Amino acid sequence: MSIMGTRVLRTEDPRLLTSGGVYTDDLRLPELTGAAYVTIVRSPIAHALITGIDAGAAVAQPGVVAVLTAADLPAPPEGGDPTDEPLLAGDRVRYVGEPVALVLTEDRYQGEDAAELVSVDYDPLPAVPGIEQALTGETLLFPGTESNIVGTDTAGGCDDASFDGCDVVIERTIVNQRLAPVPLETRAMAAIWANDRLTVWSSTQNPHLARGDIAEALGLDNAAVRVITPDVGGGFGAKVAVDRDAVAVAWAARHTGHAVRWIENRSENLVAMVHGRGQRQTYKIGGTRDGRVLAYRLDVVQDCGAFNRLATFLAELTIKMAAAVYDFAHAGASYRAVVTTTTPIAAYRGAGRPEAAAAAERAIDDFAAEIGMDPAEVRRINVVPPDKFPFTTLTGETYDSGEYAAALDRVLAAADYPALRAEQARRRERGDALQLGLGLSVYVEITAGDMGGETARVVVDGTGAATVFTGSSAHGQGHDTAWAMLVQDELGIPMDQITVVHGDTDLLPDAIGTFGSRSLQLGGTAVVKAAGEVKDQARRLAAEMIEASEADVELDTARGTWQVRGDPASALGWGQVAQRAGPDGLAADARFDASAPTFPFGAHLAVVEVDTETGKATLVRHVTVDDAGRILNPVLAEGQRHGGIAQGAAQALLEEVRYDADGNPLTSTLVDYAAITATELPSFELVASETPTTINPLGAKGIGEAGTIGSTPAVLNAVIDAVSHLGVRHIDMPATPEKVWAAINEAKAGR
Amino acid sequence: MKVAIGVNGTRVEAEVEDRLLLAYFVREVAGLTATNIGCDTTSCGACTVLLDGESVKSCTVLAAQADGREVTTCEGLAGADGQWHAVQRAFRAEHGLQCGFCTPGMVMAAVSLLAENPDPTEAQVRAGLEGNLCRCTGYHNIVRAVLAAARDGQQRDAGARYGQARGLPGEAP
Repeated sequence: MSIMGTRVLRTEDPRLLTSGGVYTDDLRLPELTGAAYVTIVRSPIAHALITGIDAGAAVAQPGVVAVLTAADLPAPPEGGDPTDEPLLAGDRVRYVGEPVALVLTEDRYQGEDAAELVSVDYDPLPAVPGIEQALTGETLLFPGTESNIVGTDTAGGCDDASFDGCDVVIERTIVNQRLAPVPLETRAMAAIWANDRLTVWSSTQNPHLARGDIAEALGLDNAAVRVITPDVGGGFGAKVAVDRDAVAVAWAARHTGHAVRWIENRSENLVAMVHGRGQRQTYKIGGTRDGRVLAYRLDVVQDCGAFNRLATFLAELTIKMAAAVYDFAHAGASYRAVVTTTTPIAAYRGAGRPEAAAAAERAIDDFAAEIGMDPAEVRRINVVPPDKFPFTTLTGETYDSGEYAAALDRVLAAADYPALRAEQARRRERGDALQLGLGLSVYVEITAGDMGGETARVVVDGTGAATVFTGSSAHGQGHDTAWAMLVQDELGIPMDQITVVHGDTDLLPDAIGTFGSRSLQLGGTAVVKAAGEVKDQARRLAAEMIEASEADVELDTARGTWQVRGDPASALGWGQVAQRAGPDGLAADARFDASAPTFPFGAHLAVVEVDTETGKATLVRHVTVDDAGRILNPVLAEGQRHGGIAQGAAQALLEEVRYDADGNPLTSTLVDYAAITATELPSFELVASETPTTINPLGAKGIGEAGTIGSTPAVLNAVIDAVSHLGVRHIDMPATPEKVWAAINEAKAGR
Repeated sequence: MKVAIGVNGTRVEAEVEDRLLLAYFVREVAGLTATNIGCDTTSCGACTVLLDGESVKSCTVLAAQADGREVTTCEGLAGADGQWHAVQRAFRAEHGLQCGFCTPGMVMAAVSLLAENPDPTEAQVRAGLEGNLCRCTGYHNIVRAVLAAARDGQQRDAGARYGQARGLPGEAP
């Protein structure tokens, strides 16, 4: 029986549960003995000119190896883009947390002491702490530019005339707030420069992309840089490639010739690792009172933070996915992206797609409330029907496959939606303090949308054991287990004889890595292709050895042996065949490039209780369909859904990065940033659903971000639904007790 | 100052700075790196260890405060025969971990929780783990794992009582 689709426990876990993983700061390698600890001096002010840096007192401290500033960096190229981000701030800082200097010390604790003594003179400039201030253009982040707008684009078309014929038109501006990714392991790096080569250990999702970024910044060839990823303690998009802070650490190794190591503390992480989301969204939705939406328009202002690292790309994704799961007669979207004196925004679980879904799902509920129709019914009327796939949206994406109404109906049935509505009605009737809210979302997302492909190598040695080299770098997803399952299924070599290797640019020089829910469909398919090529080689050799024609030789995948068809007595083991190939055994490289992205979809129902006296909203049930095509290992897929649901619910209820009017971060510790805990979540109710795609031979779509995309709007809609009978029509995220309480009281006052 | 701290049954003596935190003592003096550091405000629980059998966040305890006491980390949880603790087994069986960074602290917190309350409800497990953040699992399978470990532990207790009643060692029939 094939192992595909079965519940296999992770091979990664025994190590992680006993001796613990080996994360970057855990490395005790000989080449890092005596490495200097790097402490980063960061800007304490949002926007200022640097008028002087005096490191004298710091350099005089015990154990200080070096203090490095922008003055030590190579001069930027003539005529370079003034908005390019330097490794260390030179004449100006643009966010609290921006790296200004590196302090290298012999001992970890010495670094913090010495860093405090680096004296930086700042001449403050007005802060631009958010979208509103950025759009006025009164203070420009980059002198010489005309405005703070760094990008605009449109998708589809939907003008005022598109709303002609609508019975109801609603326009509303909502917030998709800035979030902190908070991987439990903060950013970390170690680096050595030896024999004209830089070796870097980095907590990254993409060693190969990190290699390219580091090589470019340091003026080295890719071949002169080796990046190794030890265990990585979570990424969630925020560890895609490598940030300037980490590149600066690598540069310090090159510049000083000293081995270095660095791990940021959490207070640094919350201001200097990228943030996610950060959009102001204005939607306009119109339709008829029978529930048909005729036109939908989304206008986004994307906060990039101080530098446009990836934010315009996120906004592009948002507008391209703006039409969501719906077959609207008219749909369009636009964005403007602005720089602000805040931490740069980049990818965070979903990265542009949750923003699109949050807007559309809020708009649908808004419309349903206005026409007095059940939001489930409005969705059923407007989603793309199954017979229209592949379906090209008005905002320009072609969805491969989907069963949107069916997903919705399965969730409603699993949750017993009518019973929940009846309970809600009873509580409303009684005027209970604890009101019940039901929130829905139906979503689609784009995965493996980067079209970069992925690589793999499969080797079978003379003992019959296999080694899989994969370009997909893991940080908790369970690639070791998943890839071993794929190879066992393809070659019949048992999982315990398969080693999976990832995260070393010298071992597999060409790869992309992990983001955008791409690993299984691209990296997994590459593994299957490489294994298939090994199988072809083995077939030829086995035929020679058995002296049979290739056509008569078969692989018995149950036993992992090659034999003449129907003649088990002729069986050869993988080890024998690999020995025949030579001392290096059998090996094949493969690359898989998909012809198109895939579009996972699903439906979520959140059940929330709101205490109308305090405004506190509690998520009490969460029921989901998350259809990611064919499932390789339900244990892993469910784990991805769980984590995604929690992070999405956290955005709806709790989490928000906040700044004051001067651009000072107000959420720079985990005391202030409300990372969601076990007490704030229920157990989740997952409904299985598999609609395979034809885009790759595994039939798989991405699952890493789906839960987040579905849960945020479902949970927020549930909170609002709980108090809608009191006259509340919208609450901005996060729906904290304060905001919910205020919304209830404003609605009462307005009546 | 000089401290002598028992770490997983081995006495570790060292001359340390007064301000050295127990987390760094465990990681850099005792050389045991399963215990991780995830924050600087005692919020995340990645550094949870047992101090004289009770869970503490080792980033908020000075090594000096642990002088003469016994620390148990995740590395020291399995029995002398290598047999995993029920909580370790349950985390594996229920897929209670993904990236693994919160895991050693979460496991130690769960061990402490079950020592205090061997038969917790789901709500009690969630409340007991409130001080330990996990960003990967949504806590779903962690909670299941702790409840499973509790059931496992009770079966063992029942087995031990059954065995004692008959003068036998061992498991439940």
